[in-house]
Amino acid sequence: MLKKYNINNQIILLTGILIIIPFFFQNDFYFEIAILSILNALICIGLNLLMGYAGQVSLGHGAFAGLGAYIAVVLSSNYGLTPLLSIFIAVVIMGIFAFIVSKPILKLKGHYLAMATLGIGIIINIVLEVEDEFTGGVDGMSVDSFVVFGYEFSESISWYILCASLLVFTIWAFDNLIKSPFGRLLRSIHDSEKAAKSVGIDVSYFKSIVFVISVVIATVAGSLYAFFSGFISPQEASFTHSIELVVMVVLGGLGRVYGAVFGAVILTVLPQLLNSFEDYETLIFGSIIILVMIFMPKGIVSLFDKVVKKESNHASN
Amino acid sequence: MIELFAYLLSGVTVGFIYTLVGLGFTVIYNSSGIINFSQGEFVMAGGMSTVFLLYAGLPLGVAFVLAILITSMIGIVLYKLISLSRDSSPISLIILTLGFAIFLRGLAQVIFDKQLHTMPSFVGDGAFEIFDTTLTYQALLIMVVASAIVVLLYLFFKKTKTGQAMVAASNNVDAAKLMGINIKKILMLNFAISAVIASIGGILLTPITSTNYEVGIMLGLKGFCAAIIGGLGNPFGAVAGGLILGVLESLVAGYVSSEYKDAVAFVVLLAILFFMPGGIFGNLKSQRV
Repeated sequence: MLKKYNINNQIILLTGILIIIPFFFQNDFYFEIAILSILNALICIGLNLLMGYAGQVSLGHGAFAGLGAYIAVVLSSNYGLTPLLSIFIAVVIMGIFAFIVSKPILKLKGHYLAMATLGIGIIINIVLEVEDEFTGGVDGMSVDSFVVFGYEFSESISWYILCASLLVFTIWAFDNLIKSPFGRLLRSIHDSEKAAKSVGIDVSYFKSIVFVISVVIATVAGSLYAFFSGFISPQEASFTHSIELVVMVVLGGLGRVYGAVFGAVILTVLPQLLNSFEDYETLIFGSIIILVMIFMPKGIVSLFDKVVKKESNHASN
Repeated sequence: MIELFAYLLSGVTVGFIYTLVGLGFTVIYNSSGIINFSQGEFVMAGGMSTVFLLYAGLPLGVAFVLAILITSMIGIVLYKLISLSRDSSPISLIILTLGFAIFLRGLAQVIFDKQLHTMPSFVGDGAFEIFDTTLTYQALLIMVVASAIVVLLYLFFKKTKTGQAMVAASNNVDAAKLMGINIKKILMLNFAISAVIASIGGILLTPITSTNYEVGIMLGLKGFCAAIIGGLGNPFGAVAGGLILGVLESLVAGYVSSEYKDAVAFVVLLAILFFMPGGIFGNLKSQRV
């Protein structure tokens, strides 16, 4: 009972923060960064489910998000479908794609799995760059405005509300999923695949399902980002983007619900802060990753654990 | 027919570079089980350092030696960072080497710049005529030097005491320790050797394709594809994998589509992973369940 209560508290806290921070935003740029952080956080929550709970590394999620987004954008901009329907179709296509691809991929382990997802990601990126009659090539293409049932999302605040609500809903769903028998099953696969198999769990089926979930979330977040920014380029599907997402998850804390959120927010905001350092941006970014991996391999959330532990010790005393 | 021969020649030339990058991967992987995602940046460091040392007015030979030394120091720094890490799970180490790669790219931007650079061929701009196609001296040099490195590396691991100690350490760490082998030193040496191989690749390639701070990303990934195609951990696999990759790429660029040239490595990689996870030389200790 107590634990359940605790989690609800966290979601209430998150909702509170999400409601309060816009009042501190001085201009649209702040909204832009906040929305980008939230959308990255969404992708990371899905990726974290795959990496932290099912124990499968993917170095291709940027590409999956990018491909999904391109499908949605092409359907709405080139074929005139409504944005919502386009995203829905993109989700279905990417879901099926992920399910088919997951069969051979998830049989691989460790480095081999990482390389296979990386390979698929890079092929996707190259296809998006080359097939310029659909995708606009390296230069990208502009995206129609996001109109849902006659309401046009043109103000930053409406985008912010949409994305923030989506984040709260996803975390709530994620919490429940992890606490459900499905979540326990995932952890059993993570801890020992052989043990899970021996008690009759269809390991490969469940791994596929998690892969599909993570790709679907990436598709939704990627599509929303394209509609929000009004522009999409193959850069969204680049190897660098995929790496950024993985780094977000690991930096935040692998296998931790809020770790993915922290990682995404920090790594989205950080480059903006580093912008003023211009040429030194990449250097500082790389150094931070190295330092965190050396000194905080459990991720940034592990810092909070210590604080929480101290507090609960105080409480029990 | 002449076309085909020309494609084969240029494919083999580039293939030897992939071979060197793949060998670098293999050396580190065999000794430590780590996939080093900054291998490509070692290649970049070798090429870029040489270019800028030449700009500084140093003679060619001195620039080579210094560039190789600099890169081997970078390799040792990476090893030191890895040994500092408190978590040795594969995913943490992958991220650490990725972070190091980003760090090196950032460093290259700051120390050097973001422009494309090239340098003159070391052996002049001449070329041989073979069956109506030309083989430049530089291309021939790449083939000769890369082959020599493969042979030297083989002799080093087979014939020298240090090399044997390194093989022993990679086979069984505990047994090697009991025999009085200093594992830390051995691992450090492996990282240095791997960086040296990569930097030589970078130096050799620069006169042909030119270099910049980002050139390591694709080279590193393709070198890794070469290593996996041949069978990860098998040095001769890396050689064969690199050559196969170079030739296939060149043929696809020539006959199919030059735009999809870069995809070849990854399509082959997937095919190998799905159907022959042990690589074409069937190293059967594969990871597939």
